[in-house]
Formats: sequence, C-alpha cells, structure tokens
Amino acid sequence: MRIAIPVNEKDLKSGVCPSFGRAPYYLIYETNDKTSIFLDNIAAQSAGGAGIKAAQLLLDNEVKVIIAPRYGENAAKVLVDANVIVYRNIDGSAEDNIKAYENKKLDILADIHPGHHNHGK
Amino acid sequence: MANKKIAILSGKGGTGKTLVSVNLAAAEGNSYYVDCDVEEPNGHLFFKPKIIKKKDIFVKIPNIDNSLCSGCRECVEFCKFNALAYGRQVIVFEEVCHSCGGCMLVCPTKAISEKDKKIGVIEEGVSDEVKTISGIMNTGEVSGVPIIKELLNIIKDVEGLVFIDCPPGSACVVMESVKDADYCILVAEPTVFGAHNLAMVHRLVSLFGKKCGVVLNKCETGFNPSEDFCIKNNIEILARVPFDNDLGSLNSEGKIAVRENYKNKDLFYSLLSTVKEAVK
Repeated sequence: MRIAIPVNEKDLKSGVCPSFGRAPYYLIYETNDKTSIFLDNIAAQSAGGAGIKAAQLLLDNEVKVIIAPRYGENAAKVLVDANVIVYRNIDGSAEDNIKAYENKKLDILADIHPGHHNHGK
Repeated sequence: MANKKIAILSGKGGTGKTLVSVNLAAAEGNSYYVDCDVEEPNGHLFFKPKIIKKKDIFVKIPNIDNSLCSGCRECVEFCKFNALAYGRQVIVFEEVCHSCGGCMLVCPTKAISEKDKKIGVIEEGVSDEVKTISGIMNTGEVSGVPIIKELLNIIKDVEGLVFIDCPPGSACVVMESVKDADYCILVAEPTVFGAHNLAMVHRLVSLFGKKCGVVLNKCETGFNPSEDFCIKNNIEILARVPFDNDLGSLNSEGKIAVRENYKNKDLFYSLLSTVKEAVK
C-alpha cells in the first residue's frame, strides 16, 4: 500500500511541507517492500485548483494514505470520494512520520482547512 | 453622438476611483454610472438609487451524465483550471470552473452537457438624474468578467456620458472594464505603492491605445511620487484633489460632494469639463 507525504526536499530527512496542494514534492512510500520514491508535484505551479490536481496526482499514483498537517476542502472532496485516509503528521521528518504511521501513532486528520480561496469570506 | 465612455481606474485600491466616478456622474447630471467593481461594488452607497430593474447573470458549467461516462479522463486532462477530478467518477468543482466549455468538446462519449449557474445580479436604478447600473458578484465566484460584459452590453447604445467605475488592479476584470472606453481617468494617491500601481495601469491603458489623464488624489504639499511619475512620463494631470478632512468626512458618510455644500466642489465640475473636452 502506498503512503504520500508532502515534503520540502527529496530527502527522507525532509520536514513535512505545511502546504498539501503546493508542496514541491511528495514522498511516496510503499509499505509492502518499504521503498521510497519522490514525486514532483506538477500541481504546485497551478494558478488555481492546486489541491484538486495534487489530489488527482496522488490518486493516479495509487496512494491510499496521506500524512499531512492540513488539506483543503477541494482536495478533501477528491480524496474522500476515492476513500483515501489522511492522517495528521507529528513533528519531525518524513521518515519519523512513516515510523509513527507503522507504529499506529498517528491520528486521523478530521478538520479540513477552508482554504484561502475567498480571502476569508 | 451616441455616448462617450469614461473609465475610472487606479491599480491600487482605495485611491478614490469611486469618489471621482460618483462625483463626475452627479456633476454631469443626466448620465450613467456603471459599477464594474463587481466583487465589492460601493457606488450604490453614495447614489442610494431607487432600483428599477434586476437581472440575474448566469454562466455555463459542466453537467456530467455518469451513465455515459467511460472514465477516460480526457476532460480532467484538458481542464487547465483543475475544475475536474476523477476518483470513482468525475467530480466538478463549480467555483473553480471558468466556463470555457472545453470539457464538453473533448468528451468522446458526449457525457458532458452544460447547465446554468447563477454568479450574480445586475441592478439598474436611478438617483436624481443619474442612472446607476451595478454588478454584484456572489461571494466565491472565480471571475466577474461575465457580469462586466453584460454591464457594458447594457450601456452600449445609450445616449450621453457613461462613467465606468473599474475594479482595482490591472487584471482581466479591469481590461474588460476599459476595453470599450473612449477615455481613461487614472486616480492615484501620493504614495510609493500608489505610484507603482499607477505605472501598471498606465502601461495597461497604453497597451489598449486609450487616451488617459491622471487625477492626483489626497494631495498634500511635498512628496508625491505619483505626480513625479506623471511629469517624468509626460502624462496630463487632470486635477489635484486635496487631502481634506471635509471631503473625507462627506465620503465616509456616503455623501456625494457635488450634491452637498462642499467648498471645493468646483474641482469636480472643472475635471468634468476637462474630460468632456478630451472626449469631444
């Protein structure tokens, strides 16, 4: 099964990127063989709808679990429809978060960020 | 003469577009005031018009027939605005959609049709002799352009002077608002930020080949980078509106200076004659 984490650098020691849709890369971790790859986030440069496109990118890469600090309403709509589960990350690196996931130490991220799309209206 | 359209724009928000627009329309009397700042129209706060006509504005958005969808995702790939996604079926993000209709064209199984979505309303009203037309966009919509297009369509063939109160900035909504204008008034305040955005809108109206002049608002003695910009680039300064507590107070109470006993109201009448001369 594949897990995705938005990261700032192509490095397992990288911190978790605070932005889901506009993170520069995703760490994709395969739990079956414990391998990692880094995916360029093609959605990061979108003028709008980055969260939607990023969610689509992860679906297309057969991701079933995401670890992130927050995600937006639009991304949530795509991910929920595809039964992807999102966990809230803990402090530390991407690697620390994978360990925490495997040790069942992460909580499900229930609150969805309303986004900055309408300037707080 | 059918009509002359005068667009009032500024780049930076809060420099006095509406102040200049409503005072010019009120000074002219029998004229049109068009509020193209559809995200936050405020001309009505001054004119307090009696509304005589309302019209809903719609755009087309995709309507997916999932029984016809083959899941090929051509539409998702095509949409440059990321308004479509495919999980177990196509998901449409209505507020992200720019109504280009492309998804419908690329769908090989004709699973996509279009449906109407209301994005706002246009209100026509009267305030003394001034006819007011305001576009009001619903919160969260992606673009005011369809509303502005309809606003300009309404005044296309009217008689007399039309004052177009533009949105701030220099993006699509501003280009749409000025494209039919016979003359552009650029309103600028004496700040570095104001001068920077004056330069941006000046470049925009120059690209569009528009005649223009500048109203320097909130003028005090001394530092005025917007004035410096005009002098350096040989741009006509149409008027200097003083930084004046009385004018500020009238404005904050939603009063129109030329309709009140305001000491400097000749300034707006004189600006009006200058502009009328320029569009003759």
